[in-house]
Amino acid sequence: MRWLYHTTVAVSRRAWRQLTSMRTALVLLFLLAVAAIPGSVLPQRNVSPEKVRDYLATHKQWGPTLDRLSFFDVYGSPWFSAIYLLLFVSLVGCLVPRFRSHIVALVKVPPKAPKRFDRLPAHAELAGSGDAADAERIRALLRKRRFRTTVRQDGDVYEVSAEKGHLKETGNLVFHFALLSLIIGVAYGSWFGWHGNRLLVQGDDFAFCNTLLNFDEHALGAQVGENDLPRFCLRLDKFNATYLDNGQPVTYKADINVTQHGKQSEKLLQVNDPLRLDGANVSLLGHGYAPVLEYTDKYGKTSTNVAPFLPRDGMLTSQGVATFPDVNINPETHTRDEKAQIGFSGIYLPTVPSDPSVNSSAFPAEKDPRLMLQAYQGVLGFDAGAPLSVYTLDDRQIAAGRLKTFGEPMMLKPGQTGTLPDGTTVRFAGTQQWVTISIRHDPGQPIVLGGAIALLAGLLGSLSGKRRRIFFRISPTGIEAGGLPRSDYPGFAEEFDGIVRDAAPAASVPKQVPQTEHVEEVV
Amino acid sequence: MGGLSNQLLVVTILCYVLAMMAYAIEYAFGARSVIARAAVREPALVGAAVGGPTVLPESHLPAEPSAAPERSGGHKAGVVAVILTILGYAAHVGALVTRGVAADRAPWGNMYEFVMMATAVGMTAWLVVLAKWANLRHLGLFVTLVASLLLAVAGMTLYVPVGPLVPALHSYWLVIHVGAASTASGIFLVGFVTAAMHLIRSGYDAGKTRFPYSLGERLPLAATLERVTFRVHAFAFPIWTFGVIAGAIWAEAAWGRYWNWDPKEIWSFIAWVVYACYLHARSTPSVSRRLTSWIAVVGWVTMLVNLFGVNLVANGLHSYAGV
Repeated sequence: MRWLYHTTVAVSRRAWRQLTSMRTALVLLFLLAVAAIPGSVLPQRNVSPEKVRDYLATHKQWGPTLDRLSFFDVYGSPWFSAIYLLLFVSLVGCLVPRFRSHIVALVKVPPKAPKRFDRLPAHAELAGSGDAADAERIRALLRKRRFRTTVRQDGDVYEVSAEKGHLKETGNLVFHFALLSLIIGVAYGSWFGWHGNRLLVQGDDFAFCNTLLNFDEHALGAQVGENDLPRFCLRLDKFNATYLDNGQPVTYKADINVTQHGKQSEKLLQVNDPLRLDGANVSLLGHGYAPVLEYTDKYGKTSTNVAPFLPRDGMLTSQGVATFPDVNINPETHTRDEKAQIGFSGIYLPTVPSDPSVNSSAFPAEKDPRLMLQAYQGVLGFDAGAPLSVYTLDDRQIAAGRLKTFGEPMMLKPGQTGTLPDGTTVRFAGTQQWVTISIRHDPGQPIVLGGAIALLAGLLGSLSGKRRRIFFRISPTGIEAGGLPRSDYPGFAEEFDGIVRDAAPAASVPKQVPQTEHVEEVV
Repeated sequence: MGGLSNQLLVVTILCYVLAMMAYAIEYAFGARSVIARAAVREPALVGAAVGGPTVLPESHLPAEPSAAPERSGGHKAGVVAVILTILGYAAHVGALVTRGVAADRAPWGNMYEFVMMATAVGMTAWLVVLAKWANLRHLGLFVTLVASLLLAVAGMTLYVPVGPLVPALHSYWLVIHVGAASTASGIFLVGFVTAAMHLIRSGYDAGKTRFPYSLGERLPLAATLERVTFRVHAFAFPIWTFGVIAGAIWAEAAWGRYWNWDPKEIWSFIAWVVYACYLHARSTPSVSRRLTSWIAVVGWVTMLVNLFGVNLVANGLHSYAGV
C-alpha cells in the first residue's frame, strides 16, 4: 500500500509540474486557438439555432455525429471547456508561487553585490577613490532615478545595490489575474444573467410586458427564476427608417413607450443606443413590415390579422403568412367547418420593381407597395399540437392535401380587395412596422469590464517594464560599477553608461566600455 | 474629393511598385551582393552558432556590411527606393485623408478603406523601423511587395464608392475600435515581414540553400531580425488587445451583448491567442527562436483569415464590414 501511496504522490507531483510548465501552457494556448476555429465555420446554437437546424437537415450523414461531439455548441462543449479550464489551472499553478516570490521581491532590500563585477553583463571601473560620502552620493543618484537602493558596509568598503523595474512582474501578474477575473465575470454573468428576443409590432394591441411567456425565444441563467425578471412593458409607437437612393439604410429610429415602476416614458431606441432600463437593456436588432389583412367570410363577418413578414433581402422583400383559423363559423349553430379555415401565404414588396417579372422589392421604403397573396383553404393544422412556424403554412397539411390552394394568386395595393372563389373577400388594409428587440441582463459585465481594463494596464506594464540591477563598490582603492539587466532590455547599455557617467567623481572617465549581455527572464 | 482619393491610390501603388523595383536593384547589385557577402558569411555563421539566448544588443552587433561606406549604384538604388517609399506613403496618407473628407467620417467604414488604412499604418511602422534600424533597408523589398499587393487587391476587388455608413456603424466606437484594429493589423504586417525574413535568414545560416532560403544571404543578421520582430509584436499586441476590448464595449451597446462568438470575434480571439502564444514562447528560453518566428507567421495567417476569409465567406454580425 505504501508504494502505491508513494507512486501516486510522485505521479501527481510530476503531473502538476508538467501542467504548470510553460511548455504545457503554450500547447494549451495553441489548442485553444485551434479549438475555437470550428465555431466560425459551423453554425452555432447560441447564435443562430435555425441555421443549425438547416445544417442538420442538409447534412444527414455528418450532422448527427458533429452534433453529438458538440460541434454546434463549441464554446460550451466539454472539450473546449476542458482546454480553457486546464489552461486556467495551469495559470493558477504558475501564478501563485510567482505572486508569493514577487511580494517577497517587493519587500526585500536589493541583494548583495556579487564578488566580481567583471563577470556581470555590464561593468565599468571609475578612476579615483571613494568613501562613505561617495556611497551616499551614488545612492542618492540612483534613488533619483527611481531605483530601490541599499548600502552595505564592510570595513572601509561600501557597496551600493540598486534594483528597478518591478513593474514588469507586477504588470505580468496583474495581466494574468485579470484573465482570471474575466472568466469569473463571464461565469457570474451566465449564472445570474438572462436574455430574450421579441418581435414587437407597432401599436397598442401589441405592447409587450417582460414575462417569459411573452418572449419569442429566451434563455435564463442557472440562478435566475421566472419571477426574477424585472417588470416593465414596452410599446412601439413609431418606427422610422431613412435610406439613400440606392437603398442603403442611413438611420433607424424606434419610438418606444416604456412603463416601469408605474411610470410611463417616451424613449428613442436606435442601433448603438440601447434603452438602459432598471434591470435590463433593450437593443434594436431588426425591423420589417407587417401587412394588415381583413378577411370577410361567407357569413359576412370580418376578422383582422396583422402578420409580421420576415425580410429576405436588403430591399425588404418580405415573406410571411396570415392565417384565419376561426372564420366561416355559422352564427346560428356556432359550428365551425374545420375544412373552411383560410390561410394566405404572401410576399410583400415595399416598392414594386419596374420590371414586373422580378419578384423582389426595388426599394426598402414603401414607395409603391404591393402584396402578392395566395389563398389556401382547408385545415391549417393548428390543433394538431405540433409546433408551427408563424411565418410559413404547414407543409405537411399541404402535402397531405388537407390544405389546398384556393383560387388564383392576387396582387393587391393598399386598400384593395381581392375576392376568393367562394365569394369571400380579403382586403389589404396597409402595413404596420415591427422591430425585433433583444432584452438582456448580464450582471457579470462590470466584472468583465474591470478585468479587461486591468488586463490592458497589466499588459502595458509587463511589456514596457524592464528589471535590472546596478551595483557599485566604493573603496579607498577605486570605484567599480556593475549592471545586470534581468529582462530583455536593449537600452540597458546606454542607461548604465549614463549612471556611471553621473556617478563618476568630476573629471574621471570610465576605463572600460560597458558590455551588456542579453539575459532572458522566464515569464 | 472621392475621385482625388482614387487617383492618389493609383499614385501610391505606382510609387510602391517602383520603390520595390529600386529595392530589388539594390538587393541584386548592392553592398551585400557577390564580393561583399563572401566576407560576411563567416562571422554570420559564428554568430548563429553562438546564438541561442545570448544575443547582443543592437548597438553592439557586429557591424553590418552595408555600414561600410559605399557609393555604388546599388546604394543609390536603395536611397531612391526609400525616397519612392516616402513619396508613396505621402500619397497613401493623402488618399486616406481625401477619402475621409469626401465621406465626412473616419475613412475605415468598409473593407476597402480598412485595407487602405491598415497598409498605411504598416508603412508608418515600416518607416519607423527604417529610421531606427537603417540596416534593415533590404526588407523594404518585401514590405512594399506586401503593401502594393494588398492595395492592388483592395483597389481592384474591394472598391466601393464613397458613401455614408449603415446605421450599425453610426458610433464613435467606429473610430476607436476599427482604428485600433487596423493600426494593430498594420504593425503586425511589419512583424510578419521581419519574422518571415528571420526564418529565411536563420535557415540560410543553418546551411539551407534552396529557395526561399537562398534569399537569406543578403538579409540582415538573424539576431537583428528576430529582435525587431519581437519589438514590433510587443508594440502591436496591446493595441490589438485594446481594439478587441473596444469592440466588446461597442458590441454591448449595439447588440446588447459584449461577446457574441461572431466569426470576426472568433478569429480576433484566435489571433489574440496565437500572438499571446508568440509572446510567451519568446520569453521562454527553451523555445527556439525559429519556432517563435513560425508562431508569428501563423499569427499573421489568422489575421489574413480574419480580414479576407471572414469578410468574404462567413456571414455574421460584422457582415456590413464586407465588400
